[in-house]
Amino acid sequence: MDLRFTPEENAFRDEVRAFLRTALPDPIRRKMVAGRRLSKEDLVSWQRILNAKGWAVSHWPVEWGGTGWSPVREYIYREELQQAPAPDPLPFGVNMVGPVIIAFGSEAQKRQFLPRIANLDDWWCQGFSEPGAGSDLASLRTAARRDGDHYVVSGQKTWTTLAQHADWIFCLVRTDPAAKKQEGISFLLIDMKTPGITVRPITTIDGGKEVNEVFFDDVRVPLENRVGAENKGWDYAKFLLGNERTGIARVGVSKARLRRLKEIAALERLGDKPLIEDDRFRMKIAALEVELKALEMTQLRVVAAERRNCNRPDPKSSILKIKGSEIQQAVSELLMEAIGPYALPDHAPHEQDERWNEPPVGPDWVAGLAAQYFNMRKVSIYGGSNEIQKNIIAKAILGL
Amino acid sequence: MDFELSEEQRLLKDSVERLVADRYDFSARQRFMQKPTGFSRELWRQYAELGLLGLPFSEKDGGIGGGAVETMIVMEAFGRALALEPYFATIVLAGGFLRLGASAAVRSSLIPQIVSGDLLLAFAHAERQSRYDLADVATTARKDGSGYVIDGAKTLVIHGDCADKLVVSARLAGGQRERSGLGLFLLDAGAAGVTRRPYPTVDGLRAAEMTFAGVRVGADAAIGESGKAWELITKVVDAAIAALAAEAVGAMTTMHELTVEYLKTRKQFGVPIGAFQVLQHRAADMLIALEQARSMCLLATMMADEPDVVERRKAIAATKVQIGRSGRFVGQQAIQLHGGIGMTMEHKVGHYFKRVSIIDTLFGDADHHLAELARVGGLIAAA
Repeated sequence: MDLRFTPEENAFRDEVRAFLRTALPDPIRRKMVAGRRLSKEDLVSWQRILNAKGWAVSHWPVEWGGTGWSPVREYIYREELQQAPAPDPLPFGVNMVGPVIIAFGSEAQKRQFLPRIANLDDWWCQGFSEPGAGSDLASLRTAARRDGDHYVVSGQKTWTTLAQHADWIFCLVRTDPAAKKQEGISFLLIDMKTPGITVRPITTIDGGKEVNEVFFDDVRVPLENRVGAENKGWDYAKFLLGNERTGIARVGVSKARLRRLKEIAALERLGDKPLIEDDRFRMKIAALEVELKALEMTQLRVVAAERRNCNRPDPKSSILKIKGSEIQQAVSELLMEAIGPYALPDHAPHEQDERWNEPPVGPDWVAGLAAQYFNMRKVSIYGGSNEIQKNIIAKAILGL
Repeated sequence: MDFELSEEQRLLKDSVERLVADRYDFSARQRFMQKPTGFSRELWRQYAELGLLGLPFSEKDGGIGGGAVETMIVMEAFGRALALEPYFATIVLAGGFLRLGASAAVRSSLIPQIVSGDLLLAFAHAERQSRYDLADVATTARKDGSGYVIDGAKTLVIHGDCADKLVVSARLAGGQRERSGLGLFLLDAGAAGVTRRPYPTVDGLRAAEMTFAGVRVGADAAIGESGKAWELITKVVDAAIAALAAEAVGAMTTMHELTVEYLKTRKQFGVPIGAFQVLQHRAADMLIALEQARSMCLLATMMADEPDVVERRKAIAATKVQIGRSGRFVGQQAIQLHGGIGMTMEHKVGHYFKRVSIIDTLFGDADHHLAELARVGGLIAAA
């Protein structure tokens, strides 16, 4: 038993760190530190930098551009990426549909899509949730009926993150309305330019336009755009949802934000001293640091087990999701507390407005922190809500 | 980065777990508690035969040469069994002082007696006013010829009731809460001027109040460098906290298993109560708290011998915070989910709850260590 990384692993960490120091464009780093929204161009240019280095799809099989890293190296890479802080590669392609295509797609699909996912030539979005199918995802109703060599898709998806930028959407659709609900679902890849698709943005409580509704009105999708077998889509969806383990706890993100919190708390003043010297406030920070340290250790245990168990999913990843989301939320809460009354101004309306040139209200570190707090409420809801994760723990680990 | 036990460590884990599983059922424990010593002398001898009592001592001193991982293995198994024997007091605490601070002569004469199970020890340190401040020592040691005279009173001495010898902290110089000027002395519990008042503790163990009135000891009674005991005290206490973390994790693991089992068997409204989602989620929350505690226990174990004292103390403080908070949550929920039967001394879950509750109060509770951690700047450096 030994906490230390091997000299090779430490050298690898240094290599990743050195790369990020020079490769991450400064405007992107600054936006990440301040908790401000990134533009499509930011994300595309950054992922192309990673892809040029060969690291955009590090966890994929080597033949499709992966690195062949051990789970420990993958962990180190993710942690350094998050701590830089740099954006993760766009998850909808890299972590979601990419691995599904690799595992279940046709050769033609692999050749057509995988390199373009890696380079973010195609922006993907996820068509899973519907107005009537949230936690009970399998009750989805968007229908795909066969018509010659096409499916005709009708229905509605929602909470579709960044669909406004998307070139493609991967969708769960109902292909057999008579079957049991999990058994009549197929997994389709749909070109967003196909006639009949409408995207309507939804403004979220942070003032952002991250998510959308996507409407399908008799959208014709070639049969060859189905992944795997017809009516087996639920299996692929379960694979996709259980697939993301490394980085799900987002320990590196929380570390970077705690660092930022301490920096801000040293600048903010409470009476005659910096906020960071207030016993009550610094104990709140320390309590979060303890939780985060415990989570980091739990994550390392999962990574170590993964190394032994040849990448089988670990039900402990539900623990990582729950604790990771709670900590991200708690850090965002303290960041907003730290700026006190300067949570008030709404920075959202001019966030994306290039012409806006008035000085910000208040100190320059306050913008975006209230919005980030509001926005972070999503992390315990998406990807299987924390309540669903507890159901998984009760069933898969405790046998209840 | 490796969380695996070595082959020898796995064998140790198997044998100690088998021993307590065979010998430590609930009724046996109740019987041991009724004995005059409050524990089983016979099991103590078996621990000696298994080599458990020699684990942390060097082979040169007659021990086995194990480290913090071996102690963790034993303490976790003892936590699962709620073992009553004075392993923590004799081997981990007082034994730690002998191991790290005593002269070669003292080590070679005493450690073999500890290893064979013939010598019990206790650490007499806390005082009425000291609360969790390890430096707050009013007991004095006055130089007298070549030796010392010790005066003062010690409280809450764990297993002080049965100890043959005591490691006593006393002040040689400095103000009452100063870190410098502290000394440690090894003396016979029956020495002239020592009185002790034994009593049972709420977790089923024993302790004693002690007074020292003009107790004379020779120069060879001093452990470590005179007046510089602070470093040794914190090092031994940090290792002791890591050991307590393992005991707490063992106790929490058992409480969680008992609770999940109860949810599967107890029927109300015609179904096992584990069918209710509110209770499923509570059991899941308990598991999360337990796993977070286990993670920190592993951290403390691997940091117990860390040469960087600042990093070691931070990791240990963080661990004690997590253990305290997880222990309180898991313990309280275990009682709640058992309902009425959890409130009784007839069911074992309550005994685990009490022990875990007390572990939080030993060597600083969660709030104490959190304040300490916050004072030194926390775990993460500012940007």
